[in-house]
Amino acid sequence: MKTDIIQKLKEANLKGRGGAGFPTYLKWESVLKNNSSKKYIICNAAEGELDLAKDKYILENYFDEVISGIKIALETIDNSSAYIYLNKKYSSLVDKKIIEGLDITIIEEDTGYIGGEESSAINFIEGKNPEPRKRPPFVSEKGLFDMPTLVNNVETFYYISKINKGEYSNERFYMIVGEKIKGGVYELKDEMSIREILKLTNNYLEIPFYVQVGGGAVGEIMIEKEFDNLVSGEGFIRVISYEEDPYLLMEKWAEFLINGNCDKCTACREGTYRILEMIKTRKLDLKVLEEMFLTLEKTSFCALGKSIPTPFRSLINKVILND
Amino acid sequence: MINITIDGKKIIADEKKSILETARENDIKIPSLCFHSDNSPKEGCGLCVVEIEGRKGLFTSCGTYPEEGMVIKTKTPEILKVRKTNLELMFSQHAEKCNDCVWSNRCRMLNLAKAWGLHINRWEDRKKNYPQYDFNKVITFDSSKCINCSNCIETCHKQGIDFLEVKKEGGFHIVVPSSEKNKDCVYCGQCVTHCPSGSFSGVDPSLKIEEAIKNNKYVVFQFAPAIRTSIGEEFGLEYGSVVIEKMIAGIKKLGAKKVFDVSVGADIVTIEEANELIERLTKKEKLPMFTSCCPAWVKFVEFYKPELIPNLTEVRSPHIVLGQIIKTYFAEKEHIDPKDVVVVSVMPCISKKYEIQRNELKGSVDYVLTTHELSRMFLKNDIDIKSIEGEKKDELLGFASGAGVIFGSSGGVAESATRTACFKLLNKKLDKIDFKEFRGEEEIKEAVIEIGEIKIRIAVVNGLLNARKIIENHLHDFDYIEVMSCPHGCVGGGGQPVPTSKEIRRKRAAGLYEIDKDEKIRIADENPIVQNIYKEFLTDKNIIQKICYTKFSKKEKEN
Repeated sequence: MKTDIIQKLKEANLKGRGGAGFPTYLKWESVLKNNSSKKYIICNAAEGELDLAKDKYILENYFDEVISGIKIALETIDNSSAYIYLNKKYSSLVDKKIIEGLDITIIEEDTGYIGGEESSAINFIEGKNPEPRKRPPFVSEKGLFDMPTLVNNVETFYYISKINKGEYSNERFYMIVGEKIKGGVYELKDEMSIREILKLTNNYLEIPFYVQVGGGAVGEIMIEKEFDNLVSGEGFIRVISYEEDPYLLMEKWAEFLINGNCDKCTACREGTYRILEMIKTRKLDLKVLEEMFLTLEKTSFCALGKSIPTPFRSLINKVILND
Repeated sequence: MINITIDGKKIIADEKKSILETARENDIKIPSLCFHSDNSPKEGCGLCVVEIEGRKGLFTSCGTYPEEGMVIKTKTPEILKVRKTNLELMFSQHAEKCNDCVWSNRCRMLNLAKAWGLHINRWEDRKKNYPQYDFNKVITFDSSKCINCSNCIETCHKQGIDFLEVKKEGGFHIVVPSSEKNKDCVYCGQCVTHCPSGSFSGVDPSLKIEEAIKNNKYVVFQFAPAIRTSIGEEFGLEYGSVVIEKMIAGIKKLGAKKVFDVSVGADIVTIEEANELIERLTKKEKLPMFTSCCPAWVKFVEFYKPELIPNLTEVRSPHIVLGQIIKTYFAEKEHIDPKDVVVVSVMPCISKKYEIQRNELKGSVDYVLTTHELSRMFLKNDIDIKSIEGEKKDELLGFASGAGVIFGSSGGVAESATRTACFKLLNKKLDKIDFKEFRGEEEIKEAVIEIGEIKIRIAVVNGLLNARKIIENHLHDFDYIEVMSCPHGCVGGGGQPVPTSKEIRRKRAAGLYEIDKDEKIRIADENPIVQNIYKEFLTDKNIIQKICYTKFSKKEKEN
């Protein structure tokens, strides 16, 4: 049974759907091979990325499937207990009756963006500040209460259940948003291009537009000539027409990031604030911006801070400066 | 041990020491602000970043540990660039209020900014309108200076207090005093000595003292045991340097009429406390007996553990006892109206500022100055204790035993009391005078002292979380427990100069034990001044009670 599911995950080539894209079976193997007397499973349902709500959609429509994925983990990993780390806003979506009798505890959180990062989530469950931990050790070796911990996203657990039943053939969820499109959550094949997805879902604008891909705040901006790129990271696409004010979008990102970071690192806390200040003046000083970007990338402790330059730099270069 | 290379220098390193510590031990300078050797690495300020060959990006050296063969660079152009930006960004939040900062001219932020030629006012201070909190006129927390390093949070947590906490407001995490009913500040002042940006400080009474001097009051200074081996730091002397006569000369130059030694008060406290301990042991009541000369510890008991109030020794703390004696015995002897006498205690401590406000002690001491505040008064008056000609202590209340001096280190009170208890119970000269089992920086020390038939089980604790552990798990394993709130006792007090570290505190304590070792009189009871006071003044129970004893009561939240 134990090797069975790992083998299935491996064959299905399932990659974590929280955004990092790490092969799921490797996480499972790492937790399994540890000899610890107690292990934990966390279903990450914090979904804190700006404008992203695909996990919400899955919880609303397929909560039983997610639970069955968690159950497989509980059965596979000896002496394990599970937590659902749930965005407080989604509290009403989950039918708590389904988990009755199972060793699954729901922890509701309202920690914001950084609180969704897996080690921040672990800190929060332990009653600590939701701040990222240093790796190594990886949480699969030393996670919740210092025990080996398997952290998978809602969507990942959903597909684990599907894979176990033999009902998976390379799908994933996409969320498409935009002021001028209908948008929504779609379950489609993995590894599709931006253009294919938008056309297939009738979200391809007639007027000139560009997109943000991979995340609502830290996703990269791509322009028409890049529309044949595959959608990676979180299955998120924001469709933005050239008629929209790109500064407003940048303000929205910066405000979201300032509100969603943990404020530990100087560059992320103060640098992002100064970026917002500059955007508000509508006068970009590229030299200062690059200085902030470099410092963010080089001296942020976690991936959030390091990734902050991505959306700003790509929007400014590709759209505002039109390089 | 492993082999690494830092900036081309081959180093044999200990894997358990961070790259930052390893570099510093090998004379390679790496700047840092949020790192404090007493706390866990914070990895936030972004100044200590280094490059590791073969790895992408930069790494915070305070939280990264060496591995075999690592090749580390600490000064690439990119590193220097991002360090500058991070420091300017820290200045962009921090309101520069340098004039009265506890860091004086040792501010690492400002010194780095000068060295790097930074523009510290590149941006308008984000926190300029952040509030200033006043904790009972004892501690000021100016949150406009905070750089979000969270050392205060960890320090307060490590005291088991958790009065300082992080709140999220307007998208930012800010440090605030807790509004929870069951949490209150005990004024230990460790936030003051562990904050790199000077956001915390004691409430400084120096202007009022200057006023008293100007108004021709009879101003008497008394200085605590732990001051004599720390004040030199403020003037660039080596850690642990003993400075007594030059400090006295400095205080006299400020206009003080007399300068006395709190250690004399400590000798009296030792005698009374040993009496009380022997009495409790004989009657087998209110045991274990706790020391009560640390006001932060007293406040901790009164607020967090009021059921233990009867276990506190009722003997007042040394500077309160001596303050009383100054205003009675001394004033009478010198024919001065006690109303004209103003007593200033120079203390390594912030919580002493709280102690003198207590109703039952009011009037004993008028002002408490910290080591740092005294040094600032010196600076203001062009007094450099390096060059000033020394002066002797004023005789009447000037000479203390070695036992009175070691009060300034964790274990000092227990050792002094043990010397006196032995002296009293055995009624002869002691063969053993050093009780080294009580010395050192360990947070919990234990010993069983056998004096003839009597066995006393003694614990010495520093740090309030450690005290809580003893109280909750081992209360009845001991007869006598010394508790000091600060690491290594008063040498690590909240009113001591910054910076502080284990090493610095060790040197300050070593200085005190040196003085004790060289002292001819090392038992409180043998101090001729104290003997005289008992002969002339503390002659009966009532007057002893009045001068030397106090009461405690349950405390409600004050902040």
